[in-house]
Amino acid sequence: MSKITEAAIKEICASCGNDRDRLMDVVNAVQAKAGCVSDESIEAIAKQLSCHRVEVESVVSFYAFLSKEQKGSVVIRLCNDVVDKMNGVDAVAKAFEDELGIKFGQTTDDGKITLEYAPCIGMCDQAPAALINNEVMTYLSTDKVKEIVKNLKACNDPAKLKHRLGDGNNASEMVHSVVHNGIRKKGPVIFADYDKEAGLKNALAMSPVEVINEIKTARLRGRGGAGFPTGMKWEFTRAAEGKKKYIICNADEGEPGTFKDRAILTERADLMFEGMTVGGYAIGADSGIVYLRAEYAYLTKLLEKILQDRRNANLLGKNVLGKKGFDFDIRVQMGAGAYICGEETALISSCEGLRGDPKNRPPFPAQKGYLGHPTSVNNVETLCCVGRILEMGAAWFAETGSKGSPSTKLLSISGDCQMPGVYEFPFGVKVSELLKEIGAENAQAVLVGGPSGQIIGKADYERTICYDDLATGGAVVVFGPERNMLEIAAEYMEFFIEESCGYCTPCRVGNVLLKNGLDKILAGKGEPGDLAMLEELGNTVKTTSRCGLGQTSANPVLSTLKNFRSTYESLVKESKDGMQPMFDISAALNDAETIADRKSVIFKN
Amino acid sequence: MAKPKVATTSLAGCFGCHMSLLDIDDRILKLVELVDFDKSPIDDIKEFTGQCAIGLVEGGCANEENVRVLQDFRKHCDILISVGDCATMGGLPALRNTITLEECLNEAYLDGPTVYNPDGVIPNDKEIPLCLDRVYPCNEVVKIDYNLPGCPPSADTLWEALVALLTDKPVSLPYELIKYD
Ligand SMILES: Cc1cc2nc3c(=O)[nH]c(=O)nc-3n(C[C@H](O)[C@H](O)[C@H](O)COP(=O)(O)O)c2cc1C
Ligand code: SF4
Ligand code: SF4
Repeated sequence: MSKITEAAIKEICASCGNDRDRLMDVVNAVQAKAGCVSDESIEAIAKQLSCHRVEVESVVSFYAFLSKEQKGSVVIRLCNDVVDKMNGVDAVAKAFEDELGIKFGQTTDDGKITLEYAPCIGMCDQAPAALINNEVMTYLSTDKVKEIVKNLKACNDPAKLKHRLGDGNNASEMVHSVVHNGIRKKGPVIFADYDKEAGLKNALAMSPVEVINEIKTARLRGRGGAGFPTGMKWEFTRAAEGKKKYIICNADEGEPGTFKDRAILTERADLMFEGMTVGGYAIGADSGIVYLRAEYAYLTKLLEKILQDRRNANLLGKNVLGKKGFDFDIRVQMGAGAYICGEETALISSCEGLRGDPKNRPPFPAQKGYLGHPTSVNNVETLCCVGRILEMGAAWFAETGSKGSPSTKLLSISGDCQMPGVYEFPFGVKVSELLKEIGAENAQAVLVGGPSGQIIGKADYERTICYDDLATGGAVVVFGPERNMLEIAAEYMEFFIEESCGYCTPCRVGNVLLKNGLDKILAGKGEPGDLAMLEELGNTVKTTSRCGLGQTSANPVLSTLKNFRSTYESLVKESKDGMQPMFDISAALNDAETIADRKSVIFKN
Repeated sequence: MAKPKVATTSLAGCFGCHMSLLDIDDRILKLVELVDFDKSPIDDIKEFTGQCAIGLVEGGCANEENVRVLQDFRKHCDILISVGDCATMGGLPALRNTITLEECLNEAYLDGPTVYNPDGVIPNDKEIPLCLDRVYPCNEVVKIDYNLPGCPPSADTLWEALVALLTDKPVSLPYELIKYD
C-alpha cells in the first residue's frame, strides 16, 4: 500500500513544472513524503511527466536513497567507510541492531525505523557517524546509540536528537547540526577573511575574456581531483557554439575520506557562489546549478538562504550589480546517494533526471553538456579560488604553493592521527611535514587522494602533495602501524564494486575479480602467481574502462602491490598439487546433501 | 621413444567441443601419429593408465563426479587445457548460478511448464552424482594451463594449439581463430 495519493504526486510534478528533466526532484520529493517510490507512484509520475515508466524506474533503482520498497519514516544510514571501521563502527552497528531488534537492511515491525549502511558520508573526522534522515549524528558510541534509539522510539523525530550543536554556521538556525567544521589550519585563500563583493565587482569591470585570462595567468587548476586548468575549460565553454550555457558546481564530494567541501559549503558558500557568478559571466552562462550530494541535505536551507540574500543584493538576478545584459541565477540540485555522480558527465546525467551514468566523451561537457548546452563543471573549492583570484589578482594567488601547482589546497585528513580535520596547506608540502603537523608520525601508510588515489608507505613520505607528484582531490587518510593494508585495500575495492555504474565489463566484473584475488591472499590461500595476475587484471581495468571510476578503481590493489609488496609476499606460497585452494568441495556439496538427504560417497570427510 | 599421451573428457559440456575436435577431419590421422590417446571418450578408456602430456577438458563442474574427474586430470596431465566456454567460464550450464540448487531442481523436475512428472519425484538414486551449489569453471577447481575460447573452439584452433604444444612451440593463435563476433 502506497502512502501517497495520485493527487499528491500530481502536485509534486506540477511544482517542478511537469518537467521530465526535473525527475530527480520529483522522485526525491515522493521518496521523502511516502518513504518509497512504489510501482503505482512510478506509474503516476510517468503519466504526469509524459515519459515512459521505465525511465522513472531506472532512476529509482539507480540511487541508494531511493527505493521501491517501503522504508520507515526514519531511515538510519550508518557510515561504514574504512575510517569509521577504524573508529569502532562495528560495535556501534551491533548496538543499533540490538537496540532496534533488526538487522541492517530491515525495518522495525511497526514500520517506523529502517537501518542501513552508507558509504562515506563526509564525516570521517568525526567518525563513526550516521545520517538519520537528513540529520547527521557524529562521534557515535554504543551509549549514544542507546540514547538515540530510545529517543526515536519515543518521538520518532530525528530533529530532536541533537544536543550540543557544532561550531560556526553549524550552530546557526539554518543548519542546526552537531557537525563540527574541523577547520584546523586556515590558509590565505579559502578560509582567510575576504572582501565579499570585490571579486565579482572586479570581474564585471573586465570583459569575459579578460576574466578568463586572469584565471589562466593564475594557473588555477581544478581542485576536484583531475586538475584540469580552469581557464582553459572556461575558454572552451565560452568558445563552444550554443545560445544557452551552464556552469555547474560539483558539490557531490563522494570520494571516501573527502570532507573539505563540507567545510566550504558551511562557511564559505558565499565565496563559492561568487566564483560561480564570475564563471557564468566569463563563459556566457545565465544559469548555474549546484549539484549537492544527498548526504549534505542538512546544508540546503543555509545555501538557499544565502542564494536569496544574494538575489536581494542583486549579486544574482537580472543585470547583476548593474551590469547590463548579465543575468545570472543559481539553483541547487539534490543528488540521491551515488558516488559516480561526482564524475562530471554522470553528474550532468543526474541533473537531467537520468540514471547517474557517465556519458561517452567526446563530446566533452564544454562542447555539449547539460541538456546538450556547453557546460563547465567546476569543483566547490575551485570556484572559491576563482572568487579570491578576482579579488586579489593572479599574482597574489601564485605567491604560495609550488612551481607547477600555485596556491593552496584544502586537505581533509582523517584516520590514525591525533588531529583529524580540514587543513589548508600550500601545494608542495611534503607528506612527512603534514604527518608531523597532524600528529601521525608513526604512520605505516597514507592514502593520498582517496581510494582512487595512491596508498603510499614510508619510503614515499618525502614526496610532495601537488599536481606533478601526489595529486589529490583532498582526501588524506592515515593508517597506523597495526593496520592490515591488504584488508584496507579490500574494503576500498568493495566500495568500488558497490559504486560502479555497471556499464563497462572491465569495471563491473574486474573490480569483483580484484577483490576476490585479495580475499584469497588474505585467507592465506594465495600463490606468487596471483600477484602478477592482480597486476595484469588491475591494468586491464584501468586501461579499458570508460570513465574515471574504472580508470582508478584498481589503485588500492595496484598501489599496495607496489608499496607493500612484502606484505603480499609474506602471505602467498607456492602450491604443489595444482589444486585451487579456494575451492571448498564440502561447502559446494552442502545444499545437495541436504536436499538429497545423503552424503557424498566420492568426497567423504 | 614412446609417443606422448593425450587424455580428454567432457564434464558439464554438451560434447560439442569433442565434436569440434573430430572436425579436424583427416588430420586425425596425423594426430594419431603424434600421440596416443589415454582416458578419453574417443577410445572409451575409462580411467587413466598413466601420466599424460596433455589433458583436454570440455565443460565446467556441475556435480561431484565432474570435480573428481577434473582433479584426476590435474594429477595425471602435465598440461591441462580448458576447451570451450563451458570449461573456461561455466558457459550455458552456469546460467543456473543465479538461483539456488533447490529452485533449479524444482523448476527442472516439478514446476517447469513442460514438466510431466505425475509422481512429483526428483531423481535421487545413490548412483546419481550430487550436484554442486553452482557450476564452477575449471580454473576455480584446479589450475589450468591454457584456455581455448569458443563455443566450441574451431577444429583449426584445437589443431593449432595441440600441434604447437606437442612440438614444443609457443602457442600463439592467429587472431581469426580466437575472434568471436
Ligand atoms: C568517480 C568520480 C568521482 C568524482 N567525484 C568528484 C567530486 O565529488 N567532486 C568533484 O569536484 N569532482 C569529482 N570528480 C571529478 C569530476 O569529474 C570533475 O573532474 C571535476 O568536478 C571538475 O572540477 P575541477 O576542474 O574544478 O576539479 C570525480 C570524478 C570521478 C571519475
Ligand atoms: S568505468 Fe565503471 S563507473 Fe565508469 S562508466 Fe564504466 S562501469 Fe560505469
Ligand atoms: S563450449 Fe559450447 S560446444 Fe563446448 S561444451 Fe560448452 S556448449 Fe558445448
